[in-house]
Amino acid sequence: MAGGAEAARLSAEISRREQELRGLRERLAAVLAGGAAGDVAATEEGASAFPGELPPLPAQASLSTADILRYSRQLVLPELGVRGQLRLSRSSVLVVGCGGLGCPLAQYLAAAGVGRLGLVDHDVVETSNLHRQVLHGEARRGLPKAVSAAAALRLLNSTVQYVPYCCALSPRTALELVRQYDVVADCSDNVPTRYLVNDACVLAGKPLVSGSALRLEGQLVVYNYQGGPCYRCLFPKPPPPETVTNCADGGVLGVVPGIMGCIQALEVLKIASGMGSSFSQFMLMFDAREGRFRNIKLRPKKADCAVCGDNPSVTCLQDYEAFCGSSATDKCRTLHLLSSEDRVSVEEYKQLLDEQVPHVLLDVRPQVEVDICRLVHAVHIPLSKLEEKDEECLEYLEKRICEEKQRTNGQTYFPVYVVCKLGNDSQKAVRILQELPVKEFGSVSAKDIKGGLMAWASKIDPTFPQY
Amino acid sequence: MWVERRSSRVSDLSKLELSHGDIRSLLKWIKQNLLKERPELFMQGESVRPGILVLINDADWELMGELDYKLQDQDNVLFISTLHGG
Ligand SMILES: [Zn+2]
Repeated sequence: MAGGAEAARLSAEISRREQELRGLRERLAAVLAGGAAGDVAATEEGASAFPGELPPLPAQASLSTADILRYSRQLVLPELGVRGQLRLSRSSVLVVGCGGLGCPLAQYLAAAGVGRLGLVDHDVVETSNLHRQVLHGEARRGLPKAVSAAAALRLLNSTVQYVPYCCALSPRTALELVRQYDVVADCSDNVPTRYLVNDACVLAGKPLVSGSALRLEGQLVVYNYQGGPCYRCLFPKPPPPETVTNCADGGVLGVVPGIMGCIQALEVLKIASGMGSSFSQFMLMFDAREGRFRNIKLRPKKADCAVCGDNPSVTCLQDYEAFCGSSATDKCRTLHLLSSEDRVSVEEYKQLLDEQVPHVLLDVRPQVEVDICRLVHAVHIPLSKLEEKDEECLEYLEKRICEEKQRTNGQTYFPVYVVCKLGNDSQKAVRILQELPVKEFGSVSAKDIKGGLMAWASKIDPTFPQY
Repeated sequence: MWVERRSSRVSDLSKLELSHGDIRSLLKWIKQNLLKERPELFMQGESVRPGILVLINDADWELMGELDYKLQDQDNVLFISTLHGG
């Protein structure tokens, strides 16, 4: 009998070491494939590159001398202490999005000594990210953000395990991934991903610390924690896609997601160390303009919630892009309002300019964007003024059209070309111009410039600023 | 009572002449008086559109009876859009 127990112990030991070896081989393959040294790299292509199951974190029984030195300033806090620190070292946190929220969040979690950080981001580092995504840097432009973040964090604290996932969280992989972590931080930038992360957390039973920021505002809620509500309890239906503003369109002051990401990190640390969170069933709202925080009491968990309720209809992950009617990125949407005869390309417009064809160029961007850069010959009327049919603006436009028209010999359809940043608002403006009363504007042929000034910058004039 | 929505602030409930004095009639009033262009960005049917959270005195309106909540004189009603950026 004693021999049987010994055999079982040995074969368990063998399978444990085999698993360890498999993990090492995968890491070696990832390193050889150009991934970051020492970490597990994961990409969409090839199931082997996606770490199916991470080995459990070593169950540390006590702090080492080096740990005590490193964490001494937080160890002496009675709220944390050795107990809390050991809990942190045994905790794993999945960070969804390594952008404006994810960077400061991951930085403080790594500094505080969590055991393992999973870093999810499908994007690469771009110059226009650097004002808020402070873990990256000029030298790492073009690198996957997850890899860049892991490299920066490793310099800060090499005792933490970093697992970069250079792919978008997808309904196919999210649940498997979330199950391997203790706490999830939603630092994403789009609506479908927020529903996906929420549902995965509810199905896997993980607390979700969710942050968001735009312009000069931030919001934070802890979902699915200690009987509190989930994201769907609060927002059973996604917002209409046309009402959602991303950071590229709406703008964001970098420090605002920075502040929200730091508070998110605080809540993750409190949950992981056993202190508990202050934001279950509460929303923290931050107004940076007025320097004001508000604490909003939220509804409790809803019995009729589609995913966390008593009779859930969502029992596995679904197609969130279809559910939300938008794609799981924060990239700008491309509108197709006009038919091709009402549109010209930037190349065609360049040719018109070269041939000195009389026309009016109407720039419909907001004033703040015109201040950044503009084409000198453009007439500027923001789309909002056209939408409200502002009389002063329409008279001004009419005057400018008349002036230009005099330079032609009574052309029947005088051309007006409408431009904006990316070619969406310009289409809306053309629609408005086409519907204006015939008396003033009937003899005008309005067309929009496809791709807007950003297409102009990338295809015609490389010295024109991109923003 | 205050209604905050970016720049719109309405004080003094009595001036609003709401038919029932509840949130439902406040929304109706807002739709008629403050939303000249594209009311669909704020409303859907007789309620707010998905993605807008209504706060009454810094609490989720779901805790207060939503559309049926009877407004009191010192109430602070706030409409917030959920943010998704990061
Ligand atoms: Zn729920």
